[in-house]
Formats: sequence, structure tokens, C-alpha cells
Amino acid sequence: MQLNINGTTQDVDVEPDTPLLWVIREELGLTGTKFGCGIAQCGACTVLVDGVPTRSCQTPADSVTGTEIRTIETVEETETGRRVVEAWVANQVPQCGYCQSGQVLSATALLTDTPNPSDEDIEYAMVNLCRCGTYNKIRAAVRDASEA
Amino acid sequence: MTLMQKLSRTPVNVSRRGFLRGAGALVLSTTLPVRPGRAQQDGEAASGPAVPAFLELHDDGTAKLLSPFIEGGQGIYTTFAQTVGEELDLAPENFSVEIAPAGPPYDVMGGFRLTGGSASTRTSYNLMRQLGASARAMLIEAAARDWDVPASELTTEPGVVLHPATGRSAPYGMLAKAAMDLPVPADVPLRDPADFRWIRTPVPRIDVRDKSTGQAKYSIDFEVEGMLLAAVRHAPRLGLAPASVSNQAEIEAMRGVDSVHLLDGAVAVVAEKYWQAVRAVQEAQIEWTEGEAQYPMPADFSSDAFRETLAATQGDLAEVESTGDAEAALQSAETVIEATYDAPFLVHGQIEPPSATARFNEDGTLDVWTTCQAPEMYQGTAAQVAGLERDQVNIHSQMLGGFFGRHFLYATANPFPQAIQLAKAVGRPVKLIWTREEDFLRDAPRPLGLARFRGAVGPDGPVALSAEVVGEGPTGRWYDAPAGQDASATEGISGKSYAIPNTLIGQVFHPNPAVIGYWRAVGHSMHDFMYEGFLDEMAEAAQQDPFEMRRALLSGNERLSTLLEAVGTLSGGWQPGPYAAEDGSQRARGVAMASPFGSEAAAISEVSVDGGEVHVHRVWVAIDPGQIVNPAIVEAQVQSAVALGVSQTLVEELTYENGEPTARNFDRYSILRPDQMPEVQVEIVESGAPMGGVGEPGLPAVGPSIVNAVARLTGQRVRSLPLSRHDFGGA
Repeated sequence: MQLNINGTTQDVDVEPDTPLLWVIREELGLTGTKFGCGIAQCGACTVLVDGVPTRSCQTPADSVTGTEIRTIETVEETETGRRVVEAWVANQVPQCGYCQSGQVLSATALLTDTPNPSDEDIEYAMVNLCRCGTYNKIRAAVRDASEA
Repeated sequence: MTLMQKLSRTPVNVSRRGFLRGAGALVLSTTLPVRPGRAQQDGEAASGPAVPAFLELHDDGTAKLLSPFIEGGQGIYTTFAQTVGEELDLAPENFSVEIAPAGPPYDVMGGFRLTGGSASTRTSYNLMRQLGASARAMLIEAAARDWDVPASELTTEPGVVLHPATGRSAPYGMLAKAAMDLPVPADVPLRDPADFRWIRTPVPRIDVRDKSTGQAKYSIDFEVEGMLLAAVRHAPRLGLAPASVSNQAEIEAMRGVDSVHLLDGAVAVVAEKYWQAVRAVQEAQIEWTEGEAQYPMPADFSSDAFRETLAATQGDLAEVESTGDAEAALQSAETVIEATYDAPFLVHGQIEPPSATARFNEDGTLDVWTTCQAPEMYQGTAAQVAGLERDQVNIHSQMLGGFFGRHFLYATANPFPQAIQLAKAVGRPVKLIWTREEDFLRDAPRPLGLARFRGAVGPDGPVALSAEVVGEGPTGRWYDAPAGQDASATEGISGKSYAIPNTLIGQVFHPNPAVIGYWRAVGHSMHDFMYEGFLDEMAEAAQQDPFEMRRALLSGNERLSTLLEAVGTLSGGWQPGPYAAEDGSQRARGVAMASPFGSEAAAISEVSVDGGEVHVHRVWVAIDPGQIVNPAIVEAQVQSAVALGVSQTLVEELTYENGEPTARNFDRYSILRPDQMPEVQVEIVESGAPMGGVGEPGLPAVGPSIVNAVARLTGQRVRSLPLSRHDFGGA
């Protein structure tokens, strides 16, 4: 099947229901997208499918043909993504860092749609788990990266 | 005896004798058998630190440091970069830091080393400074020889050697090669702390950009040429063994599958791709039979029944500490209260699942890349599994996607022995990843713990306290610490500083059937909840304010009095409530203290109850690690410890039924969500006491401060965690 990932159309030869996560990691070698729980609970595997944060561990590859898929590796190709990354660095958000690809992509999607999110918007959008408990710095970084 | 049973007591230079010896010299850790770093031992300075082994100076002016301790979020790589950089006179951002391999000279805890016990900075702070100072002296000496001037006339600025008399200068990069060929000088004077540029400043972490852009690499990302991928399914109950896979031929015919393997207590599938291995092993129809395991789970084991067993267990009390005559004081007191506290099993729940890649090399050696907090211990076990000598095994610890105690060596909790067996069986390198379900099944949980308290109060407050802690601690399990000397079994109930005139604290040993492990803050993670909760009960019995009573009990203890006042002030002044908040909710506050891992901490929490559930709005923490290196990292670690403390207090609990954990993933085992995270304010108090730990000490006081606030607000005294087991609907 063909998948459009990070602006490039890729031919991948996998079982149709292979989770998008494993196509990205194993077929394309993009390891910034992380495996955490496998059941769409933690959000470490978040990618953007047509701009929407999507848990790739529970997304069959054949369900996203014809969409535009973005992974953390190209997050800085948009201005919003760049701003989010700089806010993450400035706020020193990551600790172990393992969940942060998904956090950064979730924030990028939020701010792309809603440049000036309310506290409720942030709470609604930023739901990925972080075992290091960087939640307060995540919130601060999202506010920093917003246009307000 | 199976292989895993033989491995169970792997010699790791931490024999019982080693434990006791370590305990005798224990200035560094109350939990782990840690001895002082080599650099702190007498005689070491005479030969100079092993600069070439730890430091590489590159001709581009950068430096590479090999760290004895693995980075897993705690910021140790940055801490070391700024500590070495301070003495070397090289800005921290010019460092790259990598993990050092197993063995000398990186076994800086005396023949081994592990990343744990909040011990990394405090065990190696002096060593890192000496490394930097000696390397700087070598650069100066290289320039002195090149310029034919006395070294005493030279000085440095960051990254540059200078000869002020002539104005001559050379960047470190130009001198690097000549400098590293020189002998390492001993006894190089260290910088006056008054002149520190980087130590004690919030130097930015050197790893945050890579971690914000998906570039950071973890064990799960590691690749080696020609490797196959493996997935396992563990026996649902530890102790069962696979008798057969009835559809093995069908599975081996699945796309990409190389082979099916029956291991100790598990079935593995090796395939070209990981998802192929997962899919295949999920399809396996496995017949389980009773097998052998060092710690088999009884088929009727339930955590609820185990809690009742501990509550009913009487036995010899191994005394840990005592003052006065607690028994006599309790007998003669007018007001005596009794209570039993307990806390559940917990999983580590690090977001990166455990993994290991094993490769046998043509020269007979073995490489293992894996999630690892204790490389020397892994090395010994890996050698036994592979049938090799220890020095034929290279352990490459990988940056950890969280750890919290998950990756010490525990009998059946680590994937690397399976990876080695599979690599040997298929004759190719194998990367094994445990799915979350397999991780939960074989995690080494924080033990379920229980303690019985009796307290006597008079008109002036507590006059006696006795505590019997019933159960088993991980240091007893894995390092043979006997009851009464196993700090992990009682710390947080033992080691308190309140001036209660009559106390008796001890352990009643009762074995725990689970493969118990270290969890962030170890015994403190639950015992401070129990003690500080009961202390508030004593305050109620004495009709005293809990903050004022602690203040009185700490009278004369300048360090802890200062800390208690600090957290009170940080919170805007002690106000227990209940009071109405701006949003209309009724709120109350609780206070608690803890003395973990060489540091001191005090916490105040503010809670409300809504819909029968407890909400934690704000947490204030004052922490005194004695001395610090990086205030931003300390603050981040306290934030993180508060998150875990709130998480375990509100929602975390691993239960067992029929010998099996009832949760296998985050759907049935809750961890703290973003919307449950309180605001956190941290104050760092540097008392100047010997350097204590930072990673764990922020956690233990959080739980009891919440529980004490809940009691204040609702009148419900919670003695069993988590709070989600209780209904506060009446409040």
C-alpha cells in the first residue's frame, strides 16, 4: 500500500492491519514515534493524520491511505511546530523524554487549530500521559507557544 | 533447578557481608548498599582520578564524558557536565555525555555501581570535580611544554589556556591530544565554591532539544545489523511453564516468523519485524503447566487476602530503633490510640517498555544493549545465561524512557536473559521488546506494606509511639539484609526526627510471594504516609494543631525547624482550613515531613472533594538536600516526585487474584492524568549539610500531606491507599 508520510509517498509492504506505529518505526525507520502501551491509553505513539493527533498504535495502516501523516521528525517544518519545540526547550519540559514526541505533536495540533487556547482547550487537548509528571511544564510551554 | 533459579542469587559483589560492611559506612544511602565513591576514599587522590577513562577532549574543543550513571530523566548527564565543566573551565554545553560500560574504573560504588538510591550526584560529585580539575591541569601542562613557560604562569578562561604575561593563548582543542598523553596529576586543588560559574546555577539540560524533536534514542530504538525481532508471552501466573504450543506449525508459517521458542515461564516468537512477532505470539495456543520458579506465585494468592494476612501476623519484632521505654509509657498513659495502615503493590509504569538486544560476536564475546540501572549486575547474569566469562560480556545501558527502579536486576523482571537465549538459539542478533502487558506481568512491584501503630499522648503532645512494620523489603530480598537491618522495610517509619521520648520501631518479617522491587523512594514511598498520618491522629488525640505539634517536636532541631517554617511560609502561612476557595469549593490543607536519602523534605497539600473524589489543587514542597548542583534540575525532580506521590496516593494499586495481577496495562491500572496534576511550588533550602539525594526525596511527604488534608476536610482518616478505594460522598 501507499502511505503519505512527512510529505513523501512511501510504498510499504505490510499486512493491511499492521498498526501505523510499527510501519513508521520498522518499515520507515522513524523511531521518534514511541511505543508505550499499545492500547491507545498513553499517547506516546501520537502522530498527526491530516493534522489530527492520532494514536498510531491502534491505527491500522490501511485505514490511513490517502491521508497526510506527520511524525515528530518533521514537526519543525511548520512555524507552529517550530514555536512549540522552542517553547519545549525554553521551558525545559522533558525529563526522560519518552512521551515528549507525542506531547509536542499534540501541542502543535492544538495551536495550529487554536492559536490562543483557553485553559480548558489545553486541558482537553493535552491528555497524553507522562510518568515523569512534566504536566505543569507542558502547560507552561503550550501557553508560551500560543500567540497570545 | 532452572537457569533462572540459579541466577537468582547472582554474585554481584554485594554479598551479605558486603551489605553489612556497606551499612557500617553508610553515609550515603539508607536503602541501597552504597559505599562512598572511590574518589572519596582515602588514598585515591594519590594516583589522580582516571581522567583518560572518563574524559575525551576533542580537537574541536568539545569534551566527551563517560558517566557511571545512566540518564533516565533525572538530569544526571547535565549535572555531571556542569560539575566537570566547572573545574575543567569548559562550558557545560560543550559536553556530550555517554554511559560508561560495565566494570572498572566506572564501578565507583566499590566494585559495582547502580543508578538508584538518589545517589548518583552525591557519590560522584567529588570525583567529577577532580576529573575536571586534573584535566585542566593537563591542558595547562601541555601548553606550558609547548610554549616553554612554567605552568604556574598559565591560567584558563572557558575553553582556552592563557599566558597573561605574553597574551599568548590556545583553545583546548589545539592542546587536547598533547594533554591527554600526559600523566594525570594528583591532588589538584579544586575551585573555591565562591567562584563557581555553573555549579548551583540552573544550567539548561543538554538533552532537551533531542527529546523535544524525537531524536533521542532509547533501548527500544536500538538497531544492529542483521537482527531479528522477538516478542514473548509470559505465563499468566509466575511459576507456570509452557508445556507446548499446539499450533506451533501454523505460527511458524505466519509471515515473517523465524521460529517459536519455549523459555522459562514464557513462549517467544522470533520474526523479521516486531509486529510480526507480536501478532504470532498472540496467536499461540499455549498449554501452561506447573513449572519451577524461584518465586512462584501461589495459585490462590490475592492481594486482599495478603493484606489481611499481614494485619494478623504476629511474631518476633526485629528492633530497628528505640528511645526511652515505649511499652511502659503506653501502659501507663491515659490516652492511647492504635491504628493499622497499609499501602498496595504498585507497578513502575515507566512509559518505555523494557527491551534488550543481544548479539554474539565471532570473537566469542556478547554485546547486550538494554534498559539497565545496574550494569555490573547485568553483566554477571548475562555471562551465566550465555555460558561466558564476565569479561566476555559488554553491557551497553541505553538512555531510559523512565525507570523509577524498574531496571535493577530482579530474578524474572528483566528481558535481557531471554534476548540472550533467543540470540543464541537463532544464531543472529535479537531485539526483544516486552509489550506493556508482558511488562506488567513480570514487573517487580513495590511491595504491599502494612504497619501497626500505638501512640500515647499527654497534655503536651506525644509521649510514646510504637510501630510494627510487617512484611518484607526489597533490600532484604535482593541483598540479604536481615530483618531489623533492612532499611527498605521500615524507612519512613524508622529514621524520623521528632522528639518523642519513648519510641520502639521494628520489623516483623513476613515473606512477600511477589518478585518485589525498588520503586521511587522505596520504603519511604509508603512508610512516611503511614507514620505522618498516624502522627496527625496523635495530634487530634492531643487536641493539637498538626503543624504546631510538629514544630514543638522539632524544637532544637535547627535544620528541620527551618524546613518546616519554609514550607509554611511558601504556602502563605499555615492555614489548615477548611475554608472556601475562590471557586466556591471547600478546601483544607495537610502537612507532612520526610527524611529520605540523605535529604529532608516538608510538604503542604491543599485538597477539595467533588463527586466523592479527592482533588489535589496545590502542593508546596520545601526540600533541603544540604548542597545542590543545579536548582532547575532539583525543582524539576521535585515536580516529578510530587506527580508520582499524588499519583500513588490518589489512584495507583496493583491487585492480584488467583496469583495473577488483575491489571495488564494502563486501562486497568491508573496513573496520574494531566488534569489531576496539582500546581506545585518548590523551595530549595541549602543548609550546607552533606549532599543528599534529589530524585526521590520530594515524594514521601506528598502522600501524607494529602491524606492529612482529606482528614481535616472530611473527618475521614484514610489508613489504606489509594484514595480511589474510598468514597468521600458524605463530605
